[in-house]
Amino acid sequence: MPELDIRKRILTIEEIFHEGGPAPDTPRLRGAIFTVLTNPFARRYEPQIQGFMEDLKPMGYDMAQQLATALGGADNVDGYGKASLVGAAGELEHGALWHAPGGYAMREVLGEARAIVPSSKKVGGIGARLDVPITHINASYVRSHFDSMEIGLSDAPRADELLFALVMTSGPRIHSRSGGLEARDIKEKDGLR
Amino acid sequence: MSAKIRKIATWVEETHTEMGRPIAPPTRKAVAAAVIENPFAGQYVEDLSDLMDIGAELGGLLGARAVAALGIEPAQAESYGKAAMVGENGELEHAAAILHPKLGAPLRNSVEKAAALVPSSKKRGGPGQDLDVPLGHKDAAYVRSHFDGVEVRLNDAPRAGEILVAVAVTDSGRPLPRVGGLTHAEAEGKDGLR
Repeated sequence: MPELDIRKRILTIEEIFHEGGPAPDTPRLRGAIFTVLTNPFARRYEPQIQGFMEDLKPMGYDMAQQLATALGGADNVDGYGKASLVGAAGELEHGALWHAPGGYAMREVLGEARAIVPSSKKVGGIGARLDVPITHINASYVRSHFDSMEIGLSDAPRADELLFALVMTSGPRIHSRSGGLEARDIKEKDGLR
Repeated sequence: MSAKIRKIATWVEETHTEMGRPIAPPTRKAVAAAVIENPFAGQYVEDLSDLMDIGAELGGLLGARAVAALGIEPAQAESYGKAAMVGENGELEHAAAILHPKLGAPLRNSVEKAAALVPSSKKRGGPGQDLDVPLGHKDAAYVRSHFDGVEVRLNDAPRAGEILVAVAVTDSGRPLPRVGGLTHAEAEGKDGLR
């Protein structure tokens, strides 16, 4: 496998102070990191694609590290998600190659993270936006942490490119008050409750 | 009056290759944007000095955020820009009051020297709308390699009673500059132009 051909990397952090209600002492943080790279399988049907997951692992780890650091360290992170956007000359299946390297990278950086990493993927053109789903890292049913973050870039993905994203958050939705399981009430070790 | 800030977002963009050519080190742009309450939404107010003070506050705050996001010393900044998008119940003049009278001086402090005009844009818009922040060399406006722009966009801002205020700072010019003109190395940076 050739080395990854990375064109761009974006790191973006939102600090949310309030949304019209009382501002908590600590603002909520929502961050995304995403990389735009050449799709090695563009413009053809390639039956064997799984080797690319190995190639992506170091990049995934790098991204997860950078993002956690930007959010004040792994201990601050309690929500996550991931997504891929495939340029027009690629196949949805190419986006699926991000599942393993993206997810494992975040777990490696965050330590214990039992919940499945929620994800989305699609094929899109330049300027396409992608809503990356977010859930609590240890229990998927924690209602206060259900969220999503919109990402995208005005000049990507070009037809022959892939965009792979990781999202991490710190804290519940800023005015969370819709009930359900709270993070402090997580009891099971099953990644769900 | 100080700004009532709902959100601050920062964005760092690195270009590693362009047209298949490696860019080493990568060119980098940062944008820091604040979403603030528009104290004058829905009314015509003659005296806009409160917004001018908010501009001063945000020039320092967002300038420092953008420099910090790049992880550089202030003197390493090479270009900058500013822009504002006023939510639908505000007036274009509100953007002008924030951007022009007082925002520039504290922004210049956060990038040092900075003799050149800070290029700017403004418009009225709604949540999710693009705002293109123009970029120009901070010491010499005619440096051609540093004419550029960077897009900022927040899906939930500006709401009708809000203003999105953005400051952009870079530590580099375009990835593959080759249209001639004054270069970064040649710039004297005394009169803000050359």
